[in-house]
Amino acid sequence: MTFEEIRERLKNFTAGIAGAGGLGSNCAVALARVGIGKLIIADFDIVSESNLNRQYYFRDQVGMKKVEALKENILRINPDVEIEIHDIKLNQSNLSTIYKECHVLVEAFDLAEMKKMLIETCISELPDKPVVVGLGMAGWGDSNSIHLRKSENIYICGDEKSEISEINPPLAPRVAMVANLQANTVLEILIK
Amino acid sequence: MNIVLNNREESFEQSTLTITRLLHIKNFTFKMLVIKVNGQLVKKDEYNSYVIKDGDDVNVLHLISGG
Repeated sequence: MTFEEIRERLKNFTAGIAGAGGLGSNCAVALARVGIGKLIIADFDIVSESNLNRQYYFRDQVGMKKVEALKENILRINPDVEIEIHDIKLNQSNLSTIYKECHVLVEAFDLAEMKKMLIETCISELPDKPVVVGLGMAGWGDSNSIHLRKSENIYICGDEKSEISEINPPLAPRVAMVANLQANTVLEILIK
Repeated sequence: MNIVLNNREESFEQSTLTITRLLHIKNFTFKMLVIKVNGQLVKKDEYNSYVIKDGDDVNVLHLISGG
């Protein structure tokens, strides 16, 4: 397929991005660059200086709502993407409403309990929706441990072992590797 | 019995196992888990009573923070 053909196909699809941190911001930008039709992005957080070591924001955006800053950045790259933003904390009662129309949902939270909430909600309420989860990307090096594993409609991207901590922080290279593995998996699902 | 655990065939001496027992045998000590048996979600409060049988497809997802 040529890039024109790929873009023509992708413009018919909507991807959901649950969380606009390191995974969500980088994954959304990759999907926007290749021409996804619509993104639905939700996050309640604001951009802080400590986010700039891995998240797709700029220093002059510190203090802005993440969803608004990300929308601004994506539109500077590709103004043809339709972007719906929700400045909201996702939970089991609003998640399936917000992401109902998505063809695929990207899980991009930081906390394990939020990841669990999303996966359990999707299994019970959106059982046929492909969900692309980011799991394990702390630290640096050990590139070959990052993988994709499929469990029915759940696609797990990451090393599935490295948990973030004070001495094993999330850093741009590995976080963006997993975010782009998620974006690549979204393409694989959509361009069948 | 033979089951599929995280996409891999595994054999156990027992003819059935509860989820709690399976997690113990496999030494899965993580706290934050999502478990599916044959595509159906099994909640934490069912781990002691839910019985896994021959031929079941079991998926254990261990959730860790970071993103």
